[in-house]
Amino acid sequence: MQYVKNSKISPDEWLHADTDGPLPAAGDLIVPLARWRAEKDQLLARKTRLGVRLASSESPEIIRDDLGRFDLIALEFPVFRDGRAYSYARLLREQYGFKGELRAVGNVLYDQFSFMHRCGFDAYEVQKDIDAQRFSRALSEFTVRYQPDPDGSPSAIELRHQPQRNAKIQRGRP
Amino acid sequence: MYRYDEFDHAFVQERVAQFRDQVTRRLNGELTEEEFRPLRLMNGLYLQLHAYMLRVAIPYGVLSSRQLHKLADIATKYDRGYAHFTTRQNLQYNWPRLEDMPDILDELASVEMHALQTSGNCIRNITADQYAGVAADEIEDPRICGEILRQWSSLHPEFSFLPRKFKIAITGSPRDRAAIKLHDIGIVMVRNPAGETGCEFWVGGGQGRTPVIAKCINAFVPRRDMLSYSEAILRVYNMHGRRDNIYKARIKILVNEIGIDEFRRQTDEQWALIRGGALDVPAEEIARITAYFAPPAYEKLAPNPAGFVQKRDSDPAFAAWLRSNVAAHKIPGYAIVNISLKPIGGIPGDATDVQMHVAADLAKRYSFDELRVTHEQNLTFADVRQSDLYDLWRQLGEHGLATPNIGLVSDIIACPGLDYCALANARSIPVAQRISERFADLKRQHDIGDLKIKISGCINACGHHHVGHIGILGVDKKGTEFYQITLGGSADENASIGEILGAAFSYDEVVDAVEKVVETYLKIRTGPDENFLAAVRRAGIAPFKDALYAVR
Ligand code: SF4
Repeated sequence: MQYVKNSKISPDEWLHADTDGPLPAAGDLIVPLARWRAEKDQLLARKTRLGVRLASSESPEIIRDDLGRFDLIALEFPVFRDGRAYSYARLLREQYGFKGELRAVGNVLYDQFSFMHRCGFDAYEVQKDIDAQRFSRALSEFTVRYQPDPDGSPSAIELRHQPQRNAKIQRGRP
Repeated sequence: MYRYDEFDHAFVQERVAQFRDQVTRRLNGELTEEEFRPLRLMNGLYLQLHAYMLRVAIPYGVLSSRQLHKLADIATKYDRGYAHFTTRQNLQYNWPRLEDMPDILDELASVEMHALQTSGNCIRNITADQYAGVAADEIEDPRICGEILRQWSSLHPEFSFLPRKFKIAITGSPRDRAAIKLHDIGIVMVRNPAGETGCEFWVGGGQGRTPVIAKCINAFVPRRDMLSYSEAILRVYNMHGRRDNIYKARIKILVNEIGIDEFRRQTDEQWALIRGGALDVPAEEIARITAYFAPPAYEKLAPNPAGFVQKRDSDPAFAAWLRSNVAAHKIPGYAIVNISLKPIGGIPGDATDVQMHVAADLAKRYSFDELRVTHEQNLTFADVRQSDLYDLWRQLGEHGLATPNIGLVSDIIACPGLDYCALANARSIPVAQRISERFADLKRQHDIGDLKIKISGCINACGHHHVGHIGILGVDKKGTEFYQITLGGSADENASIGEILGAAFSYDEVVDAVEKVVETYLKIRTGPDENFLAAVRRAGIAPFKDALYAVR
């Protein structure tokens, strides 16, 4: 597995805590939602950074009031076809204003990178090395997007009608 | 019709390049078949019983002559010289090879076409009324909103991995020819008291094993808000739609489980967060797209010119075709022509490469270079001068394209069934062919009048049997094909789900059973003005039951 942050393969400073058993004494820690709920005080007493990991059945709405406590939120993709976390990511970024690391975990493959990126993910635990090496290539497959993105990249509609965003604009011919 | 601008062209070319790369990675083993499957599905490529099948998107069913020529050429070069028009206004090739796929997509891109999202758990090709722009009762051409939605739904970053497929249909007329109440989202263009046009949204319709008529969720969404409103619906569905059971994963199940009021509340809650933001459709964009659908340069013509009337009154075969296949146009002197792809004994929706070239040439000559595909698997020329009808009819007839049976008993919708489909219980196509042959006498068909027969080879209902006036469903009884008959379904503005008549019939019996149903109708109808559906609604299914099962 490779860790990609801001489009680059990077060393991962975070540890994942198991669902039970003793917590590591030191280090930045990502805990499952259940542990956050059960061991909140203990976790806050640590002087390390804290992240929470949500299963695809766990909406971030559940932790909305606690968002300020987390430096990282990991969203699970249990299988390719389970797309709930795309919506969760957009809610976190666009509606809840979450600014920390948004990490995709689970079944994270090359052909999902650009969808994930466009929904607001900035970190990825990538299953195959070759996928991680080609991360930037995946993001460059498309220069045109039909929807506005959370990062503010213009959509085709915006480019058509705000020519200052694209000096070379040429209208279609009705 | 809509033409690509530089952004649309670049997008489709980039998509072809992406898919070419995916095929390469599959062929060199980097991707397993399991990993490749959802990727090929997102590009309309299925693996069927005998071969791959490629489904090409025809947005809201509209084609230019040039595009149809290209589709015909692809059928010649990469398939077996024919193609199949589907109930979602798309086109399917049944025999393409995986290796050829990127080249086929390149050819499609050269005429502004693609196979994006014709399959997979994403927002599918958007369908619309085939009489868009020419129906007299139309509030607004549905293709304008259709095109705005098409673009928004293309490779949507959030909604490409939904619980299940998602289908949207739009009509601009109160008279519904697009079956909008049987779609995940159905949109009716409406006008509010202030005279502004907007979208009436229906949600949660669908067929499959649990047929449901959609419910109205919002009676007026301004056009500028249509994307944010759609996005709100999709977000609720994406987060809360069931993923534990594919038979319960469509939005209709979610809407039924939580109720339309709760679904509306959640949608409104999401909408409030995003309404008026980046998804607002600017007036300039609506105007830009509207311009592409401006009416063609109609001539000022007198209705019913003498030459036309003389031919109509002297040639009964022409008159019969006019009666069933030609509809009124909003402009005097013009007519809407429906071209039947249901010749007697033929395969519903199939067309040969030659027929496609002929249709393309005739559309260029007689209908402003444009034609439409209908969800009933026929073609429509929307803008034909009445004075040209006779010539057009004769030329269509030379190529087997003038069967006068639109809306009649042999205008059957049938899914591919066991002849192609891996999921089928039973054959559909041969049943359609046999019914069509049984009623081959066109005079008899015209006497029977409006009657929609729809056939599915299994409970997935691709042949829309639930909403057939007569619906036929293939079931499997200990390895043998049987057919269950339903009566009284309808897909129009008064949509209803058909009622099961009784025990299923064998492959050999089913055509007799259908004929008996039709004879019973002829016996009980109050007169030729009471069509089949009206008679079933009035009398119920009891008389049909008696006729069919008393004798068994
Ligand atoms: S209804 Fe069943 S048999 Fe017919 S095409 Fe659909 S899945 Fe196949």
